[in-house]
Amino acid sequence: MAFVDLVRRASDSDIWHSFKASRVVIAATVVTVFIFAVSFLSPVLAPHTPFEPGTYSLSDGLKPPVVFDDGGDWAFPLGTDEQGRDLLSMIMYGTRLSLVVGIAATVFAMVLGIALGLVSGYVGGAVDAVIMRLADVQLTFPALLVALLIDGVVRGLISGQRHDELAIYVIVGAIGLSFWVQYARTVRGSVLVEKNKEYVQAARVIGLAPLLIMVRHVLPNVMGPVMVIATINLGLAILTEATLSFLGVGLPVTQPSLGTLIRLGQEVLLSGTWWIVIFPGVTLAALVLAVNLLGDWLRDALNPKLR
Amino acid sequence: MLAFILRRLAQSIAVLLAVGVVAFMLFRYVGDPINAMVGQDTSQQERAELREKLGLNDPAPLQFARFIVNTAQGKFGLSYRTSEPVGRMILERLPATLELAICAALFAFCVGVPMGVWTGLYPRHWSSRFLQAASLIGVSLPTFLIGILLILVFAVECSGWTARLGLPAGLCLPSFGRGDTVQLGWWSSGYFTASGLKALILPAITLGLFQLTLIMRLVRSEMLEVMRTDYIKFARARGLTNRAVNFGHALKNTLVPVITIAGLQLGAIIAFAIVTETVFSWPGMGLLFVQSVQFADIPVMAAYLLLVAFFFVVINLVVDLLYFAVDPRLRSGMATAGARGH
Repeated sequence: MAFVDLVRRASDSDIWHSFKASRVVIAATVVTVFIFAVSFLSPVLAPHTPFEPGTYSLSDGLKPPVVFDDGGDWAFPLGTDEQGRDLLSMIMYGTRLSLVVGIAATVFAMVLGIALGLVSGYVGGAVDAVIMRLADVQLTFPALLVALLIDGVVRGLISGQRHDELAIYVIVGAIGLSFWVQYARTVRGSVLVEKNKEYVQAARVIGLAPLLIMVRHVLPNVMGPVMVIATINLGLAILTEATLSFLGVGLPVTQPSLGTLIRLGQEVLLSGTWWIVIFPGVTLAALVLAVNLLGDWLRDALNPKLR
Repeated sequence: MLAFILRRLAQSIAVLLAVGVVAFMLFRYVGDPINAMVGQDTSQQERAELREKLGLNDPAPLQFARFIVNTAQGKFGLSYRTSEPVGRMILERLPATLELAICAALFAFCVGVPMGVWTGLYPRHWSSRFLQAASLIGVSLPTFLIGILLILVFAVECSGWTARLGLPAGLCLPSFGRGDTVQLGWWSSGYFTASGLKALILPAITLGLFQLTLIMRLVRSEMLEVMRTDYIKFARARGLTNRAVNFGHALKNTLVPVITIAGLQLGAIIAFAIVTETVFSWPGMGLLFVQSVQFADIPVMAAYLLLVAFFFVVINLVVDLLYFAVDPRLRSGMATAGARGH
C-alpha cells in the first residue's frame, strides 16, 4: 500500500515533528484552513446573496451587529451596510476574492520569476545581464509603487467601463509583475550552482535540448527555496491587493474584496458605523498574520542550517 | 575608496536613466499628449500642425533627449486631469509629504531604538515578550487599517466621549487635512501652528508604526547578538557600570546596521505615504499620485516616478557611503572585494 507507506513516512518526517512542537504554528494552520474553507464555501454557507440586486433592501440599512448593540437583528449577525447588505456574507465572498487574487498573483509571479531566472542563469551572457539589471532597477522601488504604476498605465490603455470588467486580471498582473524579482534572483543563483554539476553535463552530452534540461532536470532541484518564498509572499500579495483596493484602484465596488469593503466602510466611518470597517479589517489581519506565521515556520523548518 | 564612489555613482545614474526611459515611454506612448491639450472640435489638420510644432514626429532618441533636458529643468508637461503644469502641482504638495515623512521617521527611530534596547537587554521580561508579540501583529496589520483604527478611537469615539463628559472637543485629534499652514517662501509648513502640529500626530504614527516595529526587532536581535560577545564580557569584567556597557559598548555596535536599514526605510516611508495620505486626506504627493492613477493622468505619474526614483537613488547612495565611512571593518572587505571585481 503506497498510500499507507507515504503517511507513515510523512508522520516521521522532520517537518511534521517541528510542526507538532509549536502551538503557534498549529493555531495558525487552524485559522488559515478555517478561513480558506469558509470563504470558498461561501455560496453554500453565506446567509445572504449580497451581490444580487433585489435580494436586499434599503430598509435593512446600517443595522448594527447583534452582540454589541441592542438594535441588531439576528438575520444580520455582523450588521449591514448602508444599502442593507449583510456584512457577514459580504466578508465571506470578499475573503474568497482576496484569496483568489492573492494566490493567482503569487503563482503568476512565481512562474514568471522561475522562467526568467532559469533563462538568465542557464543562458547567461547578455540575456542574463538585461534581466538582472531590470530586476535591480525594479528592486529599487517598493512593490506597492510598481503595482500602482502598472495599474495606472493599464487604465491609460483601456477605457473605464472595460477596465471594471477586467479589474481582477489587471490586479493579478500588476501584483505578479511587482513580485517576480525575488524568484528570478533565487532561481538564477541556484541554477548557476546546478548547471556545472555532473547530471547536467551528462544530460548535455546525450544531446537533450537546453529547454528540456532546464525544465526537467534543473527546475526540480531549485524548487525548494522557491516554495518558501511563495508562502511568504502570499501574505504580502494579499496585503498588496487589499491596499490597492483600499486606494480605489483595485477591485471595483461591484466585486468587493476585503480591501474594497474597508474603503466603503471608511467613507461612512465618521457617522459612527464602526462595524463596516472593523469586521473586514479583523478578517484581513487574521488571515495575513496566520499566513505569515506559516511562511516563517516553513522557512525555518526547511532551512538545513537551523536544524 | 574613490573607485567605489565612482562605481556607485555610475550605477545610480544608470538606474535613473532606466527609470527615465520608462517615464518617457509612458509619457509619449500611453495616451495621446495632443488630446490633452486641444478641445474636442479641433480639426485633424490643426492637430497635425501642433504635433509637428511640438516635435512629436521627430525620431524617438531625439524626443527622449528633449524629454531629459525638460525634466532636468523641472518641466514635466501639463496634467491631463487639471491642465496645470505638473512641476508646480508636485512642488506645491512636496512640503506636506516631506514634513509627514520626517515626523514619521523621527517617531519610528526615537521610539523603536529604546524599545529594541529594552527587549534586547531583558528578553525574558514580560514587557519584552508583550512588545515582541505586539510587533508581530503590527507587521501583519496593513497601514491603512492602523490609520482607520486611530481615526476611530481618537477622532470618532473620542468626540462622543468628550461630549458626554463635558470636556472640550479640542482634546480629540483631527482625522483629515493638514490644519493651518504657514508659508515660508514656496514651502508651506505645518510645523508652526498648533492645529498643524495636531494634524500631524495621527498620520505620523500611522506611517511610522511599521518602521518602528522593524527597527525595534532589528535592534533587539543585534543587541542579543552583541551581548554574547567577548568584548562585552570583558567590559563587565573590567567593572564598568551597566550603563556604560549597555549603551557605550553594546548599543554603539548595533547602530551601524540600524542606521543603514533606517536610511533605506526612508524611501519606503515616502512610498507608503501614498496610503497614509489617502486615509487622512493629507494633501501631499502620494494623494496626488493615487488620484493620477485613478484618472490615468500619465504626466503626473511619470513625474512622480522620476522624483521618487531620484529620492531613492540619492538615499541609497548616501546610506552606502555612510556605511562605508562608519564601519572600519567594511573598508578593508570592500577593498578586496573591489579588487576581485565583486
